[in-house]
Amino acid sequence: MIGMAEIRLNRKWCKGCGFCVEICPKDVYTRDTKVSPRGFQEIIIKNPERCIECFLCEYLCPDLAITIIRTQHPINKETLPNDL
Amino acid sequence: MSEHLYKYLRTETFPTPFCAGCGHGILMGVILRAIDELKLDFKKMVFVSGIGCGAWIPSPHFKTDTLHTLHGRPVAYATGVKKANPELKVVVISGDGDLAAIGGNHLIHAARRNVGLTVICANNSIYGMTGGQLSPTTPKNTKTMTTVMGNPEEAFDLCKLVKACGAKYVARYTVFHTKPLIKAIKTALNTDGFSFIDVVSPCPTQYGRRNQLPTLYDMYAFIKNRLVHFDALKKYKKEELAEKIIIGEYRDED
Amino acid sequence: MKTIVKSLLAPRKYFMQGNIACAEGALAAGCRYYAGYPITPSSEIMEHMSIRLPEVGGVFMQMEDEIASICSMIGASWAGAKVMTATSGPGFSLMLEGIGYAVMTETPCVIVDVQRAGPATGQATKPAQGDVMQARWGAHGDHRIIALSPWSVQEMYDLTIKAFNFSEKYRVPTILLADEVVAHLKESFVVKPEIEIYNRDKTLTETPFGTQEEDGVPPMPCFGQGAQLLVTGSTHNEYGIRKVADPDVQERLVTRLCKKIDNHKKDICLTERYFTDNAEYLFVAYGISARSSYAVVSELRESQINAGLLRYITIWPFDEETLKECALEAKVIFVPEMNQGQLVLEIMRILPHQKVIPIPKTRGEAIYPSDIIKVFRKYHE
Repeated sequence: MIGMAEIRLNRKWCKGCGFCVEICPKDVYTRDTKVSPRGFQEIIIKNPERCIECFLCEYLCPDLAITIIRTQHPINKETLPNDL
Repeated sequence: MSEHLYKYLRTETFPTPFCAGCGHGILMGVILRAIDELKLDFKKMVFVSGIGCGAWIPSPHFKTDTLHTLHGRPVAYATGVKKANPELKVVVISGDGDLAAIGGNHLIHAARRNVGLTVICANNSIYGMTGGQLSPTTPKNTKTMTTVMGNPEEAFDLCKLVKACGAKYVARYTVFHTKPLIKAIKTALNTDGFSFIDVVSPCPTQYGRRNQLPTLYDMYAFIKNRLVHFDALKKYKKEELAEKIIIGEYRDED
Repeated sequence: MKTIVKSLLAPRKYFMQGNIACAEGALAAGCRYYAGYPITPSSEIMEHMSIRLPEVGGVFMQMEDEIASICSMIGASWAGAKVMTATSGPGFSLMLEGIGYAVMTETPCVIVDVQRAGPATGQATKPAQGDVMQARWGAHGDHRIIALSPWSVQEMYDLTIKAFNFSEKYRVPTILLADEVVAHLKESFVVKPEIEIYNRDKTLTETPFGTQEEDGVPPMPCFGQGAQLLVTGSTHNEYGIRKVADPDVQERLVTRLCKKIDNHKKDICLTERYFTDNAEYLFVAYGISARSSYAVVSELRESQINAGLLRYITIWPFDEETLKECALEAKVIFVPEMNQGQLVLEIMRILPHQKVIPIPKTRGEAIYPSDIIKVFRKYHE
C-alpha cells in the first residue's frame, strides 16, 4: 500500500453529517445505505486510494474526526482544489 | 482534525455536543491549528466564553484554563482576567447573540479601551441553543423561530461596529476559509491590543432548517455564493451588498 | 491561610470618611483589583481606589456598568487577585446575577453595598437599610452568602478586612452592607500596627470544585498555574465538568455551597451584646440603626429600665442561637430598621411566641433615638 494516504476516521466522534462525502473532490467517502443504531448513515471510506491529500475533509470535519496521514512521495499539486 | 492536535483537547469530553454539521466544530479545529502554528504556551492561555453553542467551543473541550461565564459577559470577565494578570493570553470565544445582543455593551467598550484580548465571534446568525430565535446578526428576511414571516430588521455588521470602536485588528471569514482564517487568528493573537474576528459558522439545525438549507453542504453552497472580499467592496453598489457576506481584514477607510 | 501583616497605613488615629476607611481596609486586606461604576453614595470608595491602587501595584478599572464591574472582578479573582467592587441599590440589583455566579463558581470577592433609599432610583443621597433581604435572597437559585453590617467608620475599615477574610476562607461572595450614614460619616478611627488577613489556598488540585466533606471548601488554583481549570456557572462536578442533567451532582453541589456556610456559623457570625443579660426589653439592630438603639438602651439603663441591645455585625448567615439566648427573658423585642421591616421577619420566625415589634423608618433619613423611644413608650407602662 505504499503511496497511499492513511485516512483515519474517529467513529466515536463522527455524527454522520456527511460533509466529507460532499466536499471531497475525489469521491473518497460515501454514506452507508442503512441507518446505524446511532441514528444516522455511517460514513464509509470507499475509495481511499483516490485520496490526493488535499486535507479538505480533515480541516472541515465539524466533529474533528478525520486525520489524514501523508504519503512520503510528493503529490500532484495541480489536482488540489483552489477555491477555498 | 489531525490527531496531533488532540493534545490540546480534553478528549474524554468528546464527541462534541454540537449538532451534526455544526460549523462550530470546524472553528474549534481552526483555532487550535492557529495556536499550534504559533507554538503558544497553551498553559498560559485562558479561554473565556459566555452562554450558547459558541461558548461550548472552548469549555470544556480545551485542555487549559477555561472560564464559562454568564450570558453576554465573557468580554467583561476577560477584561478582569487580562488586567489582573497581563502575562496570560486571553481569548474570548462566544456566539453572536452573546457578544452582540446581551453583551454588546461590553464588546464595544473593550474595543474602545483597547484591552489586550482576542475576541472570536462564532457567528451563526441565530440563537441555536434556545431553539432558533432571531439574533442581531440574522440577515433581513430570514425565517427564524421568532420571525416566521421573515426578519423585518437590519442585521449588525459586527466588524464595522468593533472597528468603529477602535479595535486594532478586525476580520471576518467563514469557517470554510480555513487557511485565511488560521492566518487571521494568528494575526489577532499577535496583535497588541484588542482584536476581533467574526467567523460565519453555519447552523443547519436551527438556521438552515427554516430556510431550506438543512445540511452543512447546503449552507456551504449558500454562503459561497454571497461572499464579497473587503478589498473588492468598491466594485459594488450599496444595494448590491445587502445580502452579501463581507470577508477579509477590515482596514481603516481612506 | 491565616497570616499577620503590617498595616498599610501608619498605625495611629485617623479622622476619615467611612467610604475612605472602607477603601483603606480593602487595601490593607490585600485587595489588588477594583472594578466599579460611579454611584452615589458609594463613589468615594471608587475615587479613593483609583488613586491608591496604582500606588500599591494594583489595578483599578472603571467599567461600563455594574454588570461589567462584578464580572471583570470575578475574572480578576480567578486570575489570582483579591478583588472588590462598591455600589448602591440600583447597581447592586444589576450585580445580582454576578453574585449568583460567584456563589456557584465559589469565587472570593467583596461587594460593598452602600444602601440608599429605594426602590428604583429613590433618594440617591439618602440612607436606608432596604437591601437586607435582597443581599440574602437576591441572586436566583438556592444559595448562601455572607453579609456584614458596619455601624461606624472604624468598622467600615475593620469589617472590610473581615469581609475579605471570610470571602477568601470560604470562597463565597461577601457583602459589606453599609448605609449612606456610615459611608459619609466622618469620625476618628484607629489603625492598628498589624492586621490578621486570610489568603486563599492556591494549592494545585484536580478537584477545585468539590471536597470529600459535605461542607468543605476546596483549594482554588488560579489561571496560568497549570490547573487546567474548568470554571462554569452551570452545575458541575468536583472537576468542573458540566453536569446539567445529573440530579446527584446538583444536589451534592448545592448542599455543599449551603453547608460550607451553615456549618461554620460559629466562625462567621459576629454579634455584640450590650446589657442583654436578663434584659426585659431587647433591641435587635444592625448598622446605623444599632447606633441609635445603643443611645436608647444607654438612656433607658440610666433610668433603671432593664433594656439591652443585641447588635448583628454579621447579618447573613443569621445567628439564631444568640438571639434565642438574649431573648430568654425579654418581654418585648424591638427591631428598629430603616426599611418597612426586613430582618424583623427573620426574628419573628425564630421567636414565634414572643412579642416582636418592628420599628420601621423609610423617610430617607437616619433612624433617630427619638424615633425608637416613641415606639418603646407604647410598650412600657
